[in-house]
Amino acid sequence: MAVISRGFGGRRRRAEEDLPPGQYLTEDFPVLSAGPTPVVDTAEWEFVIQTETGARHRWSWDELQALPIEEITKDIHCVTRWSKLETTWRGVSLDTLFEQVETAYDYVLAHSYGGYTTNLPLEDLLDGKAWIAFEYDDSPLAPEHGGPARLLVPHLYFWKSAKWVHGLVMQTDDEPGFWEQNGYHLYGDPWLEQRYS
Amino acid sequence: MTTWRAATVASTARLTSTARSIVLDVPGWQGNLAGQHLDLRLTAEDGYQAVRSYSIASVGPGQLVELGVDKVVDGEVSPYLVDEVRAGDQLEIRGPLGGWFVWRPADVGPVQLVAGGSGIVPLAAMIRARRTSSSVAPFRLLYSARTPDDVLFAPELDNAGDVEITFAYTRRAPDGFARKPKRLDRTDLAELTLPPADDLTVFVCGPTGFVEAVADGLVSLGHDPARVKTERFGGA
Ligand SMILES: Cc1cc2nc3c(=O)[nH]c(=O)nc-3n(C[C@H](O)[C@H](O)[C@H](O)COP(=O)(O)OP(=O)(O)OC[C@H]3O[C@@H](n4cnc5c(N)ncnc54)[C@H](O)[C@@H]3O)c2cc1C
Repeated sequence: MAVISRGFGGRRRRAEEDLPPGQYLTEDFPVLSAGPTPVVDTAEWEFVIQTETGARHRWSWDELQALPIEEITKDIHCVTRWSKLETTWRGVSLDTLFEQVETAYDYVLAHSYGGYTTNLPLEDLLDGKAWIAFEYDDSPLAPEHGGPARLLVPHLYFWKSAKWVHGLVMQTDDEPGFWEQNGYHLYGDPWLEQRYS
Repeated sequence: MTTWRAATVASTARLTSTARSIVLDVPGWQGNLAGQHLDLRLTAEDGYQAVRSYSIASVGPGQLVELGVDKVVDGEVSPYLVDEVRAGDQLEIRGPLGGWFVWRPADVGPVQLVAGGSGIVPLAAMIRARRTSSSVAPFRLLYSARTPDDVLFAPELDNAGDVEITFAYTRRAPDGFARKPKRLDRTDLAELTLPPADDLTVFVCGPTGFVEAVADGLVSLGHDPARVKTERFGGA
């Protein structure tokens, strides 16, 4: 069914062909959050992976910085429809963090300072697909963009890249996180346009 | 809820020199909660499409859905909606969307609304939902606009009954208005909004910079961040 909006010409932007369906390019870095921006001090910051045995693998800020740090250049896609190409980050690969973790569970619930949660399959975090990122565009990550550190999972819609990340809890099932309970898709593949549940 | 449906513009009305109310006729619309938004899609003759989100100003049954759109200069979609679209035109919508930034008539606790510019739209829907449901939840609104001429839904807000409404202006205030034009700051929030309380819910909506500043200010005044719900419209 073709619904044409009379008199709408649009202002075509460049390179829309390279974007997932329904996205448009932006040069800005818009902010989507459900509440106020939490302020987290790196002196108190920690990242924790908790498994089914109750084991807690814990990294302080300094311990994280001592791990191998990668430079990451990726396109990012927000469910609110902006995409940004070739964004540059520095961070630690989840592969590095999971080297020390034994788990038989297939899902994780990421938890953030401030209470935000989001769910992901473990396989979407491994094999070079996800990082704990703390620098964006050669500067420390700004609080409104998730600083001091956020999860970076660029192949999924950006709400999966939990800001102010605090830790991951291993799960048997794919339990919905915050936006997933509030109408957004359980998985969130931008190329399949999995925006809403 | 996730499929696109055709909508026809039923009517439009000027709200301010830069903003317009657009009422859409959406066959099969199942109603919406106050605070929800929809996605709106425009298609050009050659198939080019653009999609933006708009909050829903209306609540209640029926298939008429009202939006309030303020023009972003140099924008792609909002100038079309504010200056070009007219009754009978067709577009597509998907929604209602969002389950967090909502107020339900069953929520009895006090509510503080803080709007910046067109951020009034979902908050006006909450005031409408409160009125149509005969809720007695205490409601207070702090509305920051550029000038008195930039207030959306002004006549309706003037008749909002026992909702306590405070205006603040950033560029020009009416003659004799005590507060000088400026952006809302922490002192304004302390003086013009409800104090922190366990059962209070705060809804903050407007351009991203406005929401960041207001939400930070509220948290510094002692509000529980989990009770401050925000909707960022974009921009600086
Ligand atoms: C959940 C949600 C609900 C919204 N509800 C409403 C609503 O009820 N009424 C309404 O008028 N708008 C609303 N918006 C904003 C709306 O979606 C568009 O962003 C806005 O109309 C601008 O679109 P555009 O195509 O004209 O501008 P674009 O062509 O997308 O942008 C042009 C320039 O303006 C900047 N910009 C984009 N949005 C804004 C903004 N809101 N303020 C200032 N600068 C901006 C962009 O960064 C860009 O530089 C809402 C946004 C969201 C996410």
